Amino acid sequence: MNRQRLARSRPLTMEELPDVVQIAHGSGGKLTHQLIETLFVPLFDNPCLKALGDQAILDPSTERMALSTDAFVVKPYVFPGGNIGDLAVNGTVNDLLMGGATPAYLTASFILEEGLPTKELAFVAESMAIAAKKAGVQIVAGDTKVVERGAADGLYITTTGVGFVPKGLQWSPAHIRAGDVVIVSGTIGDHGASVLAHRFGIDFESQIQSDTACLREVVMAVRDLPGIRCMRDPTRGGLATTVQELSHTSGLNLRIRETSIVLQEDVRGICEVLGLDALYLANEGKLVAVVAPEEADECLRIMRTVKESKDAAVIGEVTDDIPGFASLETYIGAVRVLDLLSLDQLPRIC
Amino acid sequence: MKLVDEYRDPAVARYLLEQIRELCDGPLNIMEICGGHTHSIVRSGMEQVLPPTIKFVHGPGCPVCVTPTAKIDQAIALARRPRTIIATYGDMMRVPGSSSSLLQEKAKGAHVKIVYSSLDAVRLAVENPDSEVVFFAVGFETTIPANGLSVIRAKQLGLTNYSMLSNHVLVPPVIRAVLDDPAVRIDAFLGPGHVSTIVGSQDYEFIPAEYHRPVVISGFEPNDILESLFMILKQRREGRCEVEVQYSRAVTKYGNPRALDVVKDVFSPVEQEWRGIGAIAESGLSLREELRAFDAYHKFHDWMPLQRPEEPSECVCGEITRGVKEPRDCASFGTGCTPERPLGACMVSTEGTCAAYYRYQLVTVQTGGVRD
Repeated sequence: MNRQRLARSRPLTMEELPDVVQIAHGSGGKLTHQLIETLFVPLFDNPCLKALGDQAILDPSTERMALSTDAFVVKPYVFPGGNIGDLAVNGTVNDLLMGGATPAYLTASFILEEGLPTKELAFVAESMAIAAKKAGVQIVAGDTKVVERGAADGLYITTTGVGFVPKGLQWSPAHIRAGDVVIVSGTIGDHGASVLAHRFGIDFESQIQSDTACLREVVMAVRDLPGIRCMRDPTRGGLATTVQELSHTSGLNLRIRETSIVLQEDVRGICEVLGLDALYLANEGKLVAVVAPEEADECLRIMRTVKESKDAAVIGEVTDDIPGFASLETYIGAVRVLDLLSLDQLPRIC
Repeated sequence: MKLVDEYRDPAVARYLLEQIRELCDGPLNIMEICGGHTHSIVRSGMEQVLPPTIKFVHGPGCPVCVTPTAKIDQAIALARRPRTIIATYGDMMRVPGSSSSLLQEKAKGAHVKIVYSSLDAVRLAVENPDSEVVFFAVGFETTIPANGLSVIRAKQLGLTNYSMLSNHVLVPPVIRAVLDDPAVRIDAFLGPGHVSTIVGSQDYEFIPAEYHRPVVISGFEPNDILESLFMILKQRREGRCEVEVQYSRAVTKYGNPRALDVVKDVFSPVEQEWRGIGAIAESGLSLREELRAFDAYHKFHDWMPLQRPEEPSECVCGEITRGVKEPRDCASFGTGCTPERPLGACMVSTEGTCAAYYRYQLVTVQTGGVRD
């Protein structure tokens, strides 16, 4: 195999996209990236979108503003540990936080299925209010649409958030250097496993709780450390996708260790039963931080004092071994590449 | 759920690797029959840390990969039938037929549902009395009993809208075919763990008895596989050649008699087409004649495509499945054939050799590996 095979394939043209939209176009893997890079980025053409970050950081003359939007279509919309409402608030708030912004305002747009019980909607809206209060944001605008029964699955929510970035703070994958340290704020795959277990009616001794949480306290606790290069929340596509994206954007190699990544026992159980890889399961209350080596210990110490990141751990380092690719050191001591997932994870059949 | 950590202990891995290096005194080609093993070997980067003289030959044990194109075309034809729901296991969705896949049909509006157990397919039939539910059932001995159970259940419920399009394949006949092929050179076998929980270890006695190759039935964690390698090397060192069970926490000699009874009650052996290998006598199972009412192939015979599809000529899936070639021997690997646009089935299933190589092996080449 030669180096050429390792090169990323040439971007598609619009005509080369599949005839019809497939489910995998929304899964956060290669098809999602293809769709974004082929369709939305050129059509909506602006520098913020082109940066493909978790948030758009605007630069008005007075203060720097962060802007982020996210749609939520989780099924089931109530799951152990949370529901679509707190998810919709925390998801967008966390995206703002990952740019170092102090979240301030949200908008929320609802698409509701005809026949949705009002009390279900009220329950979700209440969860949103509670989550917003906890996150220190106000939901200042919104929209509601209703579609025919069968045209949506319960309800979908889109939230857009605005936050403010302190002067001088510039977190970006472009600042990552070889020798930096990769920190993750806790166990991996809880949200994805919780939703899957619930959807397929798999009962373990204890229910797997989603980790949906607001990361405000974690970020505020460490934000003043100058050694922080950047942060990402490993949502869709999981930890593997996040470290791969950071490797790609920084042109370096984030190398993580299988032995340092902690899974809850039940999460590992469901992964074995359904043949899934926890590294690719969604998280909704975790962050990945790339930190200068001299400040890694201090960052870890502070993170462990905050409830949402009490299990924070160093999971790897940045190298310049294989530029643009993330890798995993397996527990038997081998090293392999971590790629984006091609399609939704589908369970094994034997 | 309790999981045992000793199977993931790096210290155990290091110890086993030392033992293997000590015992390894020459080239050893080991075929792992099961796709689950292939996945685990490649995912853990095992070949990087083993002595370079030990080579894995990836066997035909991925049910998705050995399903012939013609069978996929049949499922697609049924997916296009009005008021028909195709129920299938996830991996089958993306397998390319001659012009489409179930995933593409689903995107165009066909009713294709992923199920996680065969009884979910029966439930679909109960819940949708106005539709025909066709369960596209593929699998080895591991899944065949559960698939058979669904027919028994449908019969008990008196369902007339449930049928099965089956591609059930058996391990021992294909191993024979592989061993009889002069192009294939194998010194020992890693026996399939899950299949053996059903059939027991006795099904493989013919391998040492008739072909003089040792077999060790292995679990799926990398440490399981390392221990199995150690057991194979030990047999060789001590001049033994027999069937041993490393996966003793799940495998017994005689398997699961209840599951085997279901298989006998529901299926009978038939000649079976294997993708890339060809037809092998008595290597498949189809529904017994008295259960034909549940056999989608017979029930909807008029819908079945007449033309026999050509396998794509640039795809060497067949040779890869037989262990004669490796993915990197294929000109299309990683360029014309990727998991997003697979040419052959080996690139589709997570247990397929090509998909496993594509996902996990690129780095070995780039870094020159970490072999010592």
